[in-house]
Amino acid sequence: MITEPIGTLNVNRPVLAIEGLTVSFDGFKAVDDLNLYVDRNEVHVVIGPNGAGKTTLLDLICGKTQATAGSIQFKGRELTKMSEHQIVHAGVGRKFQTPSIYEALTVFENLEMSFPRGRGVFGALLFKRTPDVIDRVRQVAADIFLTDYLDLTADLLSHGQKQWLEIGMLLMQEPELLMLDEPVAGMSVSEREKTAELLARISKGRSVVVIEHDMEFVKSIASKVTVLHQGKLLAAGSMEAVQSNPKVIEVYLGH
Amino acid sequence: MNFVSEKLIGGRQGAINLLVLCALLVVVFPLALDPFRLNMIGKYLSYAFVAVGLVLCWGYGGILSLGQGVFFGLGGYCMAMFLKLEASDPISTRIQTTPGIPDFMDWNQITELPAIWLPFQSLPLTFLLVIGVPVLLAFIVGVAMFKRRVGDVYFSIVTQAIAAILAILIIGSQGLTGGVNGITDLKTMLGWDIRTDEARLTLYFVCVALLIACILFGRFVLTSKLGRLLVAMRDKEERVRFSGYDVANFKVFVFCAAAGISAIGGAMFTLQVGFMSPSFVGIVPSIEMVIYAAVGGRMSLLGAVYGTLLVNYGKTYFSETVPELWLFLMGGLFIGVVMYFPKGLAGLYDSHGKKWLARLTSRKAARITVKAKLSGMEAAK
Repeated sequence: MITEPIGTLNVNRPVLAIEGLTVSFDGFKAVDDLNLYVDRNEVHVVIGPNGAGKTTLLDLICGKTQATAGSIQFKGRELTKMSEHQIVHAGVGRKFQTPSIYEALTVFENLEMSFPRGRGVFGALLFKRTPDVIDRVRQVAADIFLTDYLDLTADLLSHGQKQWLEIGMLLMQEPELLMLDEPVAGMSVSEREKTAELLARISKGRSVVVIEHDMEFVKSIASKVTVLHQGKLLAAGSMEAVQSNPKVIEVYLGH
Repeated sequence: MNFVSEKLIGGRQGAINLLVLCALLVVVFPLALDPFRLNMIGKYLSYAFVAVGLVLCWGYGGILSLGQGVFFGLGGYCMAMFLKLEASDPISTRIQTTPGIPDFMDWNQITELPAIWLPFQSLPLTFLLVIGVPVLLAFIVGVAMFKRRVGDVYFSIVTQAIAAILAILIIGSQGLTGGVNGITDLKTMLGWDIRTDEARLTLYFVCVALLIACILFGRFVLTSKLGRLLVAMRDKEERVRFSGYDVANFKVFVFCAAAGISAIGGAMFTLQVGFMSPSFVGIVPSIEMVIYAAVGGRMSLLGAVYGTLLVNYGKTYFSETVPELWLFLMGGLFIGVVMYFPKGLAGLYDSHGKKWLARLTSRKAARITVKAKLSGMEAAK
């Protein structure tokens, strides 16, 4: 399929191209023949009622779940054949639904852990906290509003701060595709606003896929919205187009 | 220099703790105990290697191996095989049907030294195999389990099965291993009689030195990024995996490290006690070794040593006085530690011992000596 030589990546081609993606658990199709494209600099929000397959979709992209059929192309590389850590190395970062941080470690150590160096056994054994690591950690900590908490053990952070910390851990990896599963769940109003602002900042130069239920928040961040329903694509487009789509209205309000 | 003081010694507190242990092992015990009791401490200390290994792989790595006796035993057997060959020279075995081979082989109608015994004619090769064989086995088991993401209790059960299998295998192949009696009647190492009091004293100090070296290695691992990764993996394995790490590799590493450390202990056991038998390989000894680490504190390398010494002292004391009670006490101890002191002795020291020490040192006389010591340390810097 790739006709141009490797290295001259077509700017117009989507960063992430999902085609015909299907996963079936004992006959139940959690994701069913799904097509989805994500461009650079795009904040792509996936919405849908419970059980629509949103989280499964992220699981498939990051390699946590194996696809039954279909392809996931990331910058021309097929992700369905790669192991989880290879997918991360390729440039995909994923935040889990419940904040998933290392509570026994400090904020600094949490961020440092995701610094993309010393990922092998002996690399980790001989890893040194050089100035570039410290600079990078401080820079990311400033991005996620945690500069004053670097030496704090992570379990002492508030719920919202833990969410930011996990986003920060992803930013340390400098991913080109960032996937966030309900990033503002359990956040206060002011924390939500700050998170929206954070997402706007970090989506520059990369692609972001967000799963979210909070429609106000979706409105404030989304450049494109995809609606899933029972594993299938129901609608895709701008927030306004999706909101006025009769099928979407029926799924959300019909039952 | 900074690296050494920060990472290996663990700052001033770490240095003091290590010095206290060294003083106890190097000065107090050799001066206070008769050769028989000191040799016994040496035997306990060889178990402490296993406990130190368990701190790494269980305490920090979250991998509970119930088969560490396998690695202890393999290390011990490798050492014993060399010593047995040396003890079986043609002159001292001239009454055998086939002189020059270990006595138990002769009893089993074996007329030629089996091929797997050949490498143990060389001491350097033996030293290499003492660590190499157990680490290789740990590597194979580790890769087979962790790459398939077998973890938690399933891994513990598999390791326990391996311990049972190896013990049965050793007992079953009498001609090769000496069977249930093990490899006994070990006499010399390169002509040096290991049974004399002087030799045992020397071996005791070698054992202490190696144990301290293993503790320092453990500190090096735990203070590196790998150590933090182990803690991170124990709590949030998925997060580590999706941060770009191949989690299995780190588990294999720490499991192999624990195996290697245990094996050194096994070899020191053979040298100090003078024999090796399947009773140190199977399930029961493996679980006892876990209890040592649990009592000492599974998050503390030094605590593991104290735990081993204490439990073994208790074992010896009670089995000399009320032998029938010992097993119940051991079980009760384990339950007690798990339920009430999950951090073991080291945890008790952190929560109570430090306060008590602080109160002690706040007394006037003590204060002066501490000050003198501290200024001495400052000057030494």
